[in-house]
Amino acid sequence: MIETMPQEMTSSDVEQNGQHTGEREVVVSFEDVSIRFDEKQVLQNISFTVHRGETRIILGPAGGGKSVLMKLTNGLLRPDSGTIRVFGEDITAMSEKDLFLMRSRVGMVFQESALFDSLSVEENVAYRLNEEGVSEEEAHTRVVEALQFVELEQAIAKYPPELSGGMRRRVSIARAIISKPDLILYDSPTAGLDPITSTTIVDLVIKQRDVSHTTALLITHRMQDAFLLAMSRFNTETGEVERLTDGGIDDSTRFLVLNEGRVVFDGTTLELVRSTDPWLRDYLA
Amino acid sequence: MPLVSPEVFAKQELAAVQDYSILSWRAIINIFSGPRYWADIFTQMDSIGVGSMPIVVLTGFFTGCVLALQSATSLQAFGSVSLTGNLVALSMVKELGPVLTGLMVSGRNASGMASELGSMKVTEQIDAMRALGTDPVRKLVTPRLYATVFMLFFLTIVANAVGIAGGALVSVGMLGLNASSYFHNSYRALAYGDVVQGLTKPLFSGFIIATVGCYFGMNTKGGTQGVGRATTQAVVVSSVFIIIVDFIVSRAMIGIFGK
Repeated sequence: MIETMPQEMTSSDVEQNGQHTGEREVVVSFEDVSIRFDEKQVLQNISFTVHRGETRIILGPAGGGKSVLMKLTNGLLRPDSGTIRVFGEDITAMSEKDLFLMRSRVGMVFQESALFDSLSVEENVAYRLNEEGVSEEEAHTRVVEALQFVELEQAIAKYPPELSGGMRRRVSIARAIISKPDLILYDSPTAGLDPITSTTIVDLVIKQRDVSHTTALLITHRMQDAFLLAMSRFNTETGEVERLTDGGIDDSTRFLVLNEGRVVFDGTTLELVRSTDPWLRDYLA
Repeated sequence: MPLVSPEVFAKQELAAVQDYSILSWRAIINIFSGPRYWADIFTQMDSIGVGSMPIVVLTGFFTGCVLALQSATSLQAFGSVSLTGNLVALSMVKELGPVLTGLMVSGRNASGMASELGSMKVTEQIDAMRALGTDPVRKLVTPRLYATVFMLFFLTIVANAVGIAGGALVSVGMLGLNASSYFHNSYRALAYGDVVQGLTKPLFSGFIIATVGCYFGMNTKGGTQGVGRATTQAVVVSSVFIIIVDFIVSRAMIGIFGK
């Protein structure tokens, strides 16, 4: 996969990217965050920042703490030490009530979709709107819009057990984006899917990134998905996802690689493929 | 199960009691502030109350029948078969009605709650609920708690009534007692304190069934195997708690009413 990456991109591009991101508002920041479950240290002294409009791809072997990191970002877990700031606010010391307010700006796609089995697709997607007391007609209109975005409007009346794995992920994405969040967390949205369905899901992520420019964190185990995200864009005129011309790389996509609870890489796509770290090269290969 | 040191074991058990207490307290106080999920409360009332009706009616009826049969055999030795109604009514209202209803509803609903919430936990639906801005305790536990306490109270009354009717059927049909005398004796046997005692117990049992069932469901770990374990634990713990609390309430009521 590394061979498919453009090697001609200059380091000035990288510097430019760095400078560019440095000026933008920090949406998520981890400072020395550690968490352990029973005797197992899951994350150890994790520090990184995600800026507005950035798509941060989180890579790493299974069991490396990626999903835990995602749940920490949404306040679903609390760290043992360190500080996590989301939208500039320290969420580690926040009450559950304040966390609910913070989460209203965050959309999350869970690893196994986590759709409510007893609710229809429409009720699942409209869940947050119903909780916020949005009128039935408005909620229905927005559900249809969100389902059209994921190209699944025909499944509006179905129930989750009637849907395939890929369809469930798409409903989950629709549920996450319906409230137009400022931050989207994708926890392994392509895990367990066949390559074609995975590409469909990644296309939706690219579409969401390029249409709404929403800040996002995305976990994936599939290297091809990660590089597809970094090297493609959504063409609003044709409505298709296409490769960036001249082997270009999307500026807003950066990588974070975790291994055994530690950050082993934090940087741009180019820095990742040019890394000389033996473990990283081995992992990417 | 791995062996742990007594200190670690004690800490784990204390932490479990603490978590259970916090969950129960939050489930109780949530009703005093919004948002309140009335639709969920009524759905649970239907599922727990109406859904448990057949087993409660059958259990109550046959308990009354067997109680009449057994007491008549013993009372015959003293020539007091006519007091069968007193014995059936007192036993049903003070003890067997509340306890058996509690145990039957526990077997049906504590397990149902633990498995439903447990499945939601292991499939991340509880986390999804939190991520979507809903407090799972408010949405899932509070409706189950209030619905169980409310419906168990009425289910116990139904069980008592059906039990006394079952006793009547056996007394009149098999023992040849006079129906009017049976019901008159049953009515005379019951004092105010007996009824209060019998109707206080389901309030405690309902609380135990809902909080224990939800606690094990919300703390499920380890996939489908964990759901099975949580379900079993919920039924065992709630049943044992119901019997222990029954003894404590009985003693307290005897202290208050003197009988």
